[in-house]
Amino acid sequence: MVGIVGYGAYIPRNRIKVEEIAKVWGADAPSYKRGLQLREKSVPSPDQDTITMSVEATKNALKRAGIDPKDIGAVYIGSESHPYAVKPSGTVLAEAIGATPDCHCADYEFACKAGSEGMFVAMSLVKAGEMKYALGIGADTSQGAPGDALEYSASAGAAAFIFGKQNVLAECLYTHSWMTDTPDFWRREHQFYPSHGGRFTGEPAYFRTIMGCAKALLEKSKMKPEDFAYAVFHQPNGKFPMTVGKRIGFKTEQMEQGWLCPTLGNTYSGASPIGLTSILDVAKPGDLIFMVSYGSGAGSDGFIFKATDRLPGVQNRAVHTRAMLDSERRKYLDYGTYTKFRGKIKLRGE
Amino acid sequence: MSAPKYWREMAQRYRFEAAKCKKCGKVLFPPRLACPACKSREFENTRINDKGTIETYTIVRIPPSQFTDEAPYPVAIVNMGDNIRILCQVADCEPEELKIGMPVRLEFRKIQQEGKSGILAYGYKCVPE
Ligand SMILES: [Zn+2]
Repeated sequence: MVGIVGYGAYIPRNRIKVEEIAKVWGADAPSYKRGLQLREKSVPSPDQDTITMSVEATKNALKRAGIDPKDIGAVYIGSESHPYAVKPSGTVLAEAIGATPDCHCADYEFACKAGSEGMFVAMSLVKAGEMKYALGIGADTSQGAPGDALEYSASAGAAAFIFGKQNVLAECLYTHSWMTDTPDFWRREHQFYPSHGGRFTGEPAYFRTIMGCAKALLEKSKMKPEDFAYAVFHQPNGKFPMTVGKRIGFKTEQMEQGWLCPTLGNTYSGASPIGLTSILDVAKPGDLIFMVSYGSGAGSDGFIFKATDRLPGVQNRAVHTRAMLDSERRKYLDYGTYTKFRGKIKLRGE
Repeated sequence: MSAPKYWREMAQRYRFEAAKCKKCGKVLFPPRLACPACKSREFENTRINDKGTIETYTIVRIPPSQFTDEAPYPVAIVNMGDNIRILCQVADCEPEELKIGMPVRLEFRKIQQEGKSGILAYGYKCVPE
């Protein structure tokens, strides 16, 4: 049996509300909230980035796995906001958790699907018997251009998954990847903010790709949406994942536990992976979980997991994802502080 | 912070590695060449706990140049148990929330960056537990 032996998430404590962004740009907050089904989003502090959040998420995963970090044979961080242009994020992470030096490391990039890519490769290496454990992470601190629709959703968070063959918490039963060349969202070298194809990001990109992957995964597994206790999809806003899930045949009750976007925002590479951690926090032995990520450009990675008897015993060994999301220590920023935190203010000498 | 100095201190900055005296059991963080209690030079590797309590603190309002953006920011001496005290920044905490005896936990954060093109230095800060 191969699957997840440890999982953990990290969400920074800062938030900004849709109203606070909308008032600066003269936009209509109620229509944004309705249209995007989004109320607020997480914001990293200036001292937080993809690396620091990955480390904290991995520490939570290690608490649940209870393994020696030295046995982790591969470390893959998927992100579109790696802090360095040249120098891996994974080396810092591996050093911080004590997995060096006998470890394979690569940083992944594929818009919002980079995290599930890392998970897929980590899982496959363990399945192939190349190593005892492998770590796949999705993390991002992405930015939208000021006033752009993306600014309302682009947020920060991380999820980490340790894959192994012993003491599995959620067995990986099936995977499927589906991708085409679809230019819906991109960022050229040296550009600070990404560009996107507006409405083109919806039907031909997000919906077509996730549906393609989900249908293939259901055919491969000979399962039906009603067989699953939970389903989670990439969530660039609150509306898309619920719409795509219902088109595939899932019901709201199956999707709510992993649907974090309304108060978390779009954590890009972290989005469906963090949703999966929230599901694992409450899943019961035997529960089937359906997950499909999405990355612009465009592709999806699909997974079917089955919770084992071991899961309930480790759920409380680390902080639950929804406890971080709904934490009493949430701090609401005004737009000025937000732009300072996100480095959007041009300083003298720059 | 120069890259070589940063690299030499990684075990302490990243993993809180400490030295435990093989003769008298005293834990030293950061490690030293000789035990100040018994002068022994033999140690085993250990790690300090990631939880502690604030022993005292101050608010830095006139910061060194690389911390200008962050002022005012709290800096605390944190008791980590085993007679170990560390000096670190307090993150995710308003100055008026700070209290002596407050329980905190160490979190991995970016400590400083060398201008726009230098290395990013990571390490620990404490956050309210
Ligand atoms: Zn001694």
